[in-house]
Amino acid sequence: MIDDRDQKLLEAVQKGLPLCSRPYATLGQSIAMPEAEVISRLTRLKQQGLIKRLGVIVKHKRLGYRANAMVVWNIPDTDVKNLGQQISRFDFVTLCYQRPRHLPEWPYNLFCMIHGKDRNIVLEQLRFMTETCGLTHYERDILFSRRCFKQCGALYKTPASQVLAYG
Amino acid sequence: MDELDTKIINTLQLGFPVCASPYRQVAGQLGITEAKLLARLENLLANGTLTRFGPLFHAEQMGGALTLAAVSVPVAEFDKIAGIINAFPEVAHNYAREHTLNMWFVIATETPQQLTATLAAIARQTGLTVYNMPKKREYFVNLKLEA
Repeated sequence: MIDDRDQKLLEAVQKGLPLCSRPYATLGQSIAMPEAEVISRLTRLKQQGLIKRLGVIVKHKRLGYRANAMVVWNIPDTDVKNLGQQISRFDFVTLCYQRPRHLPEWPYNLFCMIHGKDRNIVLEQLRFMTETCGLTHYERDILFSRRCFKQCGALYKTPASQVLAYG
Repeated sequence: MDELDTKIINTLQLGFPVCASPYRQVAGQLGITEAKLLARLENLLANGTLTRFGPLFHAEQMGGALTLAAVSVPVAEFDKIAGIINAFPEVAHNYAREHTLNMWFVIATETPQQLTATLAAIARQTGLTVYNMPKKREYFVNLKLEA
């Protein structure tokens, strides 16, 4: 699906977009690719979904997001898709995934993140969501983040640096 | 951070145009000059408010592999275990959380084989059971943190 020139372009763009009035021309110069080709390839890579998004990635703690909860539920497999779709529609839900259980220690199969500035507000949002979606009778746990040990930002060569921070 | 910085961050979290003069286009939307937008972005990157300005890749579609994993670490060994896990370049981020499973980290590799190998190496070096929780399904969310 991607050729050698796409590969070269992806490697160049992951270092960050140049801050100048013709950033795609500048980017192209570093890999001997004309601006028009950079633009058409990036447009296609976005359409294909290989680039999920182009834009700014924030350091959420710097913006005051310190009450970050990973909320997990044990939902019957037959209902998880429907409830996952409902949960992900709330504005304050920043990530939502179905993941495998590890019985008996870990019974939970639906995960969502709520990034908040205040723990009480996060708990209130969670209460609202739980009531609205009828989740009160499901087993649940709330894992607030305590410390961030690592958030990659410098190593551009490895895929690890391209992952959104979870905390 | 003032009101303009907030507007810039909120706008650019939604996306960045792919066209010849994208900064001029965004500056127009914000009602400022291109030079002002560039200066503000430079400053937000330099002071660490923004970690990156660029693409967010779809790891699996790129042929790579991604997972969330957790371990249960005895409190006295917390820093030692964090050091071992964070030394792996495949570990993207790592958070302490309030639970018996108290350390949660994301692993990203170029191939699925490397992911399996990394999980095994972490288990071996820490002596802990590593709970591997790759996503089975992703639900779409509007990925944006209001500044």
